[in-house]
Amino acid sequence: MSETTNAMLVGVGGQGTILASRVLAQLLLDAGFDVKMSEVHGMAQRGGSVTTHVRFGRRVAAPTISPGQAHFILAFECMEAARHSHYLREDGVIIANTRRIPSLPILIGREAYPDDIANRLAGRGVDVRWLDASAVAAGLGNVRVENTVLLGAFSTFLAFPEDAWKQALRTVIPAKHIELNLAAFAAGRRLTQQ
Amino acid sequence: MKTLMSGNEAIARGAWEAGVRFASAYPGTPSTEILENMAKYQEVRSQWSVNEKTALEAALGASLGGVRALCAMKHVGLNVAADPLFSSSYTGVNAGLVIVTADDPGCHSSQNEQDNRYYAQAAKLPLLEPSDSQEALDFARTAFELSEEYDTPVLLRVTTRVAHGKSPVATGPRTEATAPAYERTMAKHVLVPAVARPRHAAVEERLVQLQAYAESSPMNRIEWGSRRLGVVSSGVAYQYAREVLGDNASYLKLGMSFPFPDALARSFISQVEQVIVVEELEPFLEQAVRALGIDVKHPIEGKSLIPLTGELDSRTVALSLAPALAAAEGRPLGTASAPPDSGALGTVGELGNLSAPGREAEQVVGRPPMFCAGCPHRGVFYELGRLPVMVSGDIGCYALGAMPPFAAMDTCIDMGASIAAGLGFQTALDILRPGKPARTIAVIGDSTFFHSGMTGLLDAAYNSVGVITIILDNRITAMTGHQENPGSGFALSGAPAREAQLAALVRAIGIEMVQTVDPFDLAQVREAIAVAMGDPGPSVIIAHGPCALLRRLAVKRLAYQVDQDTCRKCKACLRVACPALCVEGDNVQIDAETCVGCGICSQVCRFDSIRQARAAEGGEE
Repeated sequence: MSETTNAMLVGVGGQGTILASRVLAQLLLDAGFDVKMSEVHGMAQRGGSVTTHVRFGRRVAAPTISPGQAHFILAFECMEAARHSHYLREDGVIIANTRRIPSLPILIGREAYPDDIANRLAGRGVDVRWLDASAVAAGLGNVRVENTVLLGAFSTFLAFPEDAWKQALRTVIPAKHIELNLAAFAAGRRLTQQ
Repeated sequence: MKTLMSGNEAIARGAWEAGVRFASAYPGTPSTEILENMAKYQEVRSQWSVNEKTALEAALGASLGGVRALCAMKHVGLNVAADPLFSSSYTGVNAGLVIVTADDPGCHSSQNEQDNRYYAQAAKLPLLEPSDSQEALDFARTAFELSEEYDTPVLLRVTTRVAHGKSPVATGPRTEATAPAYERTMAKHVLVPAVARPRHAAVEERLVQLQAYAESSPMNRIEWGSRRLGVVSSGVAYQYAREVLGDNASYLKLGMSFPFPDALARSFISQVEQVIVVEELEPFLEQAVRALGIDVKHPIEGKSLIPLTGELDSRTVALSLAPALAAAEGRPLGTASAPPDSGALGTVGELGNLSAPGREAEQVVGRPPMFCAGCPHRGVFYELGRLPVMVSGDIGCYALGAMPPFAAMDTCIDMGASIAAGLGFQTALDILRPGKPARTIAVIGDSTFFHSGMTGLLDAAYNSVGVITIILDNRITAMTGHQENPGSGFALSGAPAREAQLAALVRAIGIEMVQTVDPFDLAQVREAIAVAMGDPGPSVIIAHGPCALLRRLAVKRLAYQVDQDTCRKCKACLRVACPALCVEGDNVQIDAETCVGCGICSQVCRFDSIRQARAAEGGEE
């Protein structure tokens, strides 16, 4: 049995996946875990996929998560949830935003955005919890905090007290944005608590 | 309290703790953040150099001058710096000199996946390979001590996962370092043949001493687990092996992998049943192990199992090892007896989980990178894609010009290659098709031009070859994340810097026809290329437009809109491949949040249906 927990955060450049993974890593570090976090830089800012691997446990060796190894995938975008679904363990869970961001082949009219992602994943027995984090963030007045809404939704799957999460948010997020992010986090938690 | 640091941050921190006073680099993924982090330390004079060769020469000069110096580059950068690298091995150092090479297995952001450990062997320098951020810090510190003790530059090699991966690090205070006052030492530093010959002998003697150090260095250690299997490994590959095998194997973990600790390896190998060398890319350690010529019961495995190409991960290592282990032992490895002395730091091998057949990958539409909304490169490649020309490309964001729908590039070779390669291609055209108007257009970014394109242009001017060069002057080194360069007007520290004048520089090189265009004006770009094609000589077009992500030069412009009443749905505008344009049903829509108002799409619309928001809404003002 594995003693390391593996979480992937996947999305599109500009969605705030890296900030969200920093909050998660801070939480884990505060809780005394060994943590390894891996992200590939390069041309992420140019509209490509962005993937961050976070692993924690007593002692973590490899910096990356292999296919079939992820306990959790936090997907910031619909197509990215599907693209990375083979990283999930048999008993793993994907927490996914329903937001759709078209990629280059779609933008230039050569491909269509797939309409059947939820069905395809469900048909293969993948456990996906779909959320409209973008709408929740927009309701709070700023769609950019969808990352924190998603983090809030994800937080209910891990056994850390809410206060520990808030502390990590306060450490990582600049003071002028903290109130909005705390509200987004709380709203995200409500999405998965019922 | 430990902090989470990337390997690159940790290298900068370790060098700072070691009292480094000078640091130089040319940006390149995955090495860039080393100098970006170093620049935060006020005690260190940090600079962007125009290329890796000048960066290393500067660092060597600083070392000889008496301050500890660090030089960082990506793997292919060390090719550019190879000349001073080999010489620095002969000159030795005064204050410590550490050279960081950040290799990129898997080519996340590179044109090849060369294994730079061989540079240590070829240049006869000690090689350190950290496997996580704590080691990156510790080894960087140690590297400076080794450098001074053995009078040698030290090569510190990381790979993408160590450079960019974050893990907890315990930091220490800075210790100021003192070096002997500079004295002219021609017998070491003036590498004329009479000096170089005896220096070669000194280098060989140094290697012998370094090997003796490697045998007992704390960076090289044996971790005992089950002795049925002995893994020899270094760098991040060690972490994958540990992940897969846990305490079901023993490990010879090499932090200093060149010179190779022969005696330590012999001792380790004699105490395990079978040896497997686990390493990424080339069989660097494996060759050293095999060269020992030890008579072993089971054949030594290495690249016979582990892929030679591509980046490793735990699953690849597990799948590579599993069949051989099962065959050798006749039973799964997981049934091994309890390890004799696995301490609190032991790990449980994940071999079983990792080698299980997983889910199949879901096939979905790809998400390749693309030019940003408002990118100044878009219009140039839109025009180039419509011309019957050979496009000699180069390294930078603009390599995306090779992607559809532009597909406007013939070659992309190495930093700065576009102009000289274009010169050669144009010469071939001149030889094979004399008198034909076929032309070669070299396309190069501002930073790449300064890096090593200038010399190619000088070749074109000097030899009168009619290659046309378009310099995409976006005022920044964009692809690696916005580093300053000699044309941007700022230094690494953020302080204002002398701004190199591109047009004057190009003229001074000997180019007579120099045109400067606004790359957001397609007609201007088209006209300038036509004028250049009409002239037989070498010429330069400077496409002067700032990177769309460069905030200090951002111009606030109104977003564009599609007038659906006059739009003929021809979708010609999609050929500019802008992230702000998308198809909804039969209509093309422009996302007002994404559009920055560059207007390229409106210029390709033949029906005047794409207009700036205010004009479309309220008529003329």
